[in-house]
Amino acid sequence: MIDKKTKFRRLVYAAFVLFWMTAPLYLNKYFIDVLNNVALYAVLGLSLNIILGYGGMFHMGHAAFYAIGAYTTAIINIQFGVPVLLIMPLAGMMAGLFALVVARPIIHLRGDYLLIVTIGLVEIVRIALINNVFGITGGANGIFGISSPSIFGYTINGIVHPHHYYYLLTAFLGITIVLFFLLEHSRFGRALRYLCSDEIAAEGSGINTAGYKLAAFVIGAFWAGMTGTLYAAKITFISPESFSFWESVVMFMIVILGGSGSIPGVILGAILIIGLPELFQGLQQYRLFIFGIALVIMMIFRPQGIIPPKPPKYPVNRLDKSEVVL
Amino acid sequence: MSLLSVNAITKTFGGLKAVDDVSFQVPKSSIFGLIGPNGAGKTTVFNLITGNYKVDCGSIRFNSEDITGKITHKIVEKGIARTFQTIRLFGKMSVLENVLAGRHCRIRSGPVSAMLRLPKQRAEERRALGKSMAELEFVGLGHEFANIAGNLSYGNQRLLEIARALASDPRLIVLDEPAGGMNEQETAALVDLIFKIQGRGITVLLIEHDMSLVMKACQHLVVLEYGKKIAEGAPDAIKENPQVIEAYLGSDDDVF
Repeated sequence: MIDKKTKFRRLVYAAFVLFWMTAPLYLNKYFIDVLNNVALYAVLGLSLNIILGYGGMFHMGHAAFYAIGAYTTAIINIQFGVPVLLIMPLAGMMAGLFALVVARPIIHLRGDYLLIVTIGLVEIVRIALINNVFGITGGANGIFGISSPSIFGYTINGIVHPHHYYYLLTAFLGITIVLFFLLEHSRFGRALRYLCSDEIAAEGSGINTAGYKLAAFVIGAFWAGMTGTLYAAKITFISPESFSFWESVVMFMIVILGGSGSIPGVILGAILIIGLPELFQGLQQYRLFIFGIALVIMMIFRPQGIIPPKPPKYPVNRLDKSEVVL
Repeated sequence: MSLLSVNAITKTFGGLKAVDDVSFQVPKSSIFGLIGPNGAGKTTVFNLITGNYKVDCGSIRFNSEDITGKITHKIVEKGIARTFQTIRLFGKMSVLENVLAGRHCRIRSGPVSAMLRLPKQRAEERRALGKSMAELEFVGLGHEFANIAGNLSYGNQRLLEIARALASDPRLIVLDEPAGGMNEQETAALVDLIFKIQGRGITVLLIEHDMSLVMKACQHLVVLEYGKKIAEGAPDAIKENPQVIEAYLGSDDDVF
């Protein structure tokens, strides 16, 4: 039996997918580029959602992992001429490795303490990039001339042909949604939600809470790093200013506003925070003001986010009597 | 043969000796009670056994293996599951998911096999689901599986904690005031459940204030007062022990 609410929700999702897939047919370059940014931030939001949404860890330094992915891509592409899409897994690994090293000593911190430390983290990365560490980051000027991705000899230029890049990003977003949905509905996803709900009870139930927190950081960072590749290859130029503390705040807001722990929620959050302001270009300076007010109202009246996570369903009625054994 | 042996453990909080040189042996397949007035250090002993606190000195052996200072989830994996005095369920999650939490350490699939939905992962999830449903039926909560844990009655929440602990296939289950907040009927049903748990070959160690439950269920008791062990033995002998009576009722000097 499908109730009305589920039917409605499915209809909305279907309409959204239809719109998203056909958007290049009727939207101009400018708006397609806006949607490209929405897709990028949706993936970033989903990767942060693993840490912040499921795991409940207040991590406000996600831009650091994004930056490491983007810089890994830029440096290897320019120094060795490796095609950017081949660098993507490596960019993910570098970000994941960095997360493993930096998150380990701070993983036991709770709530606001973790928040402050992760803010420090993103600032350290940004300032290190500006100071041109190891002489390979290009300092405050950043790195120019990153090549565009190419698939089967066909180059996808993100600046000249945002329509083409749109499908690349859509594919990545689609894969991310599917994989993260499967992750959410698994032993791993459950473990994160247990430790988010009550860490002592989770540990007492036999869950390696410290290990899972670290794993959440590494997976989230890995994905943010890969997204960094697509970002760097899209605009072909990166600088430390693209990875400021504000970027981390934006990602954080996407998750919290949309609904932490909810995949549709995070995507909606990306649309509202990245896409919506573009529609109100005419309002100019009032934009941020309205945005701020909206956030305050949301947090008062719907702190769980616009689309809170749905409790997962388990196929209990599909179990055979013989399977229900002690 | 003892399953759990606690050897001269001491735990100090600041200047207070919460547990002072306590030793006891829990025999295999027994129902073993730890009693004492409020603040005697019973829960602290539990927290030391389950690794929530680290002992200052002394040692704890489980199944002839030293588990002193081991981290909690490792201890659960070795076969000691617990419930909490102040109920600690995952309140906003479903009853079934709460039990699945206990099953967690007995299944293996990691994030990659989950993202790829490998056949092994799916079979494992299905088995975990079956086992968890069976545990719910065992404690009498089978029909509540889809409910939100926080919406259960107090007594049922206690039962759910027991189901969660049982789902990890423990050899020893540590129950911290399982009858707290239960009415008479629920307590009577709990005694039956404790015997049923023992019937599965699981050793039960419990803290309880409800003396009728303790006297009915336990074969062996240890009495703590001010962190020290003051008596040990069969329930009938404990009942007559003057030191225990004094601890519970106060000495003559106090009775004014």
